Amino acid sequence: MIKVRDLQKFFGSKQVLKDVSCEIKDNEVVCVIGPSGSGKSTFLRCINALETAQGGSIEVDGFSVTSPETDLNKLRAHVGMVFQRFNLFPHKTALENIMLAPMKVKGLSAQEAEAKGQELLARVGLAEKAHSYPNELSGGQQQRVAIARALAMEPQVMLFDEPTSALDPEMVGEVLDVIKSLAHGGKTMVVVTHEMGFARQISDRILFMDQGQIVEQGTPEKIFSSAESERTRTFLSKVLIHR
Amino acid sequence: MFAWFRTDIIIEYWPLFLQGLRTTLILTAIGIFFGTLLGLFLGLGKIAKVERGLWKWPVQLLIRLPSQIYIGFFRGTPLFVQILLIHFALVPLLIHPDDGLLIQGEWALYLKREYGALISGALALSLNSAAYIAEIFRAGIQSIDRGQFEAARSLGLSYFHTMKSIVIPQAFRRMLPPLGNEAITLLKDSSLVSAIGLAELAYAARTAAGAYARYWEPYLFISVLYLIITLAMSFVVHRLEKRYQAA
Repeated sequence: MIKVRDLQKFFGSKQVLKDVSCEIKDNEVVCVIGPSGSGKSTFLRCINALETAQGGSIEVDGFSVTSPETDLNKLRAHVGMVFQRFNLFPHKTALENIMLAPMKVKGLSAQEAEAKGQELLARVGLAEKAHSYPNELSGGQQQRVAIARALAMEPQVMLFDEPTSALDPEMVGEVLDVIKSLAHGGKTMVVVTHEMGFARQISDRILFMDQGQIVEQGTPEKIFSSAESERTRTFLSKVLIHR
Repeated sequence: MFAWFRTDIIIEYWPLFLQGLRTTLILTAIGIFFGTLLGLFLGLGKIAKVERGLWKWPVQLLIRLPSQIYIGFFRGTPLFVQILLIHFALVPLLIHPDDGLLIQGEWALYLKREYGALISGALALSLNSAAYIAEIFRAGIQSIDRGQFEAARSLGLSYFHTMKSIVIPQAFRRMLPPLGNEAITLLKDSSLVSAIGLAELAYAARTAAGAYARYWEPYLFISVLYLIITLAMSFVVHRLEKRYQAA
């Protein structure tokens, strides 16, 4: 589903991604962990071309993301993204947020889009909030609407960029539950997260990134109990010690 | 107390003042309409950018750079000079009975005689206000959180749809106050057009003043008229702000 080869990315003269290569299979759930500034989010944003890579190649669902000839709008319609700060459209209701892209990009009628929107809102447990504006919703509710909005395009791949980092602690659970149910439903997912317990629970595979590179990857059991790299062990001991 | 104020001058020249008021309002309306339209495209043009591919350089050289030059010129030179340049140099080049680039012959002669100063004046004010409005649009668009743009693009929306459905509606609320200011500036600046003989308010006042060698009455009178219109405009903008804030 996703093939990344020798990805290079610079911000100015600073190299933030160095020779990143990996392959993600259909229906695989991959969590990316690592310290802040390790390039996790940049890696994720390269996959749907929100960041332009300077070298290497990315292929998603048959689209060559890195080729200049690719229609990025078409690619992005196949790749859903959920942001750290939700990024709901504040001038539209929850339902309108979800209906917009299916209507404008896929050409669904208003009735079809609304039916789909209502169904998705019910799925994330917010059926009664259809006509609320984002500023009337809690952070957790906003993020669930944002997930529903991305799902409305029926993407082949879902990308999550630290979906719970901007949430109050008591709201983390409700969002993780929605993501978990998606993972069990069998969708290709790449999740950048700091929630180690969650990563361990839902991942088929974990990538550990540090200083712009994938240092180590493997099953959750392997990464959490018998990591090979010293850097992985140091990082995990730092984040797990306070739990 | 106001016995010195000769109302009879205002009354005698009433038709001219009325016609001048009409012309001032028409000029302002045209300037706001075309200035906003052109300003929107210029503002978008000034920040247009294609990261990669075939369109990168054409967009840079044919859209971004000309927009920047246009805005730089019209904001960096006096409106008064622009009016003279447009009336005496640009418009004769475009509309001329013999060799007008746009319109020639009888039609050009008629336009020039009947509407010459109005065309030049309206053109100058529109082109000038477009540059300022472009900056208002640019600032408004850039004030919108980048995450909004990214969220829309990540859903597969095109640049055009993202701007139209997501960015511009949000930016518009923030642009209302500066747009209101620009409309008021435009109304006041329209008085400069009297220099090319267009009979708007300031021209009417100058005519009345010249006939009687009295200056208080005509200029005070049109000052009050300008003031009434600007206050009315402020009021409308204020109401619009309130309405859009609620939404």
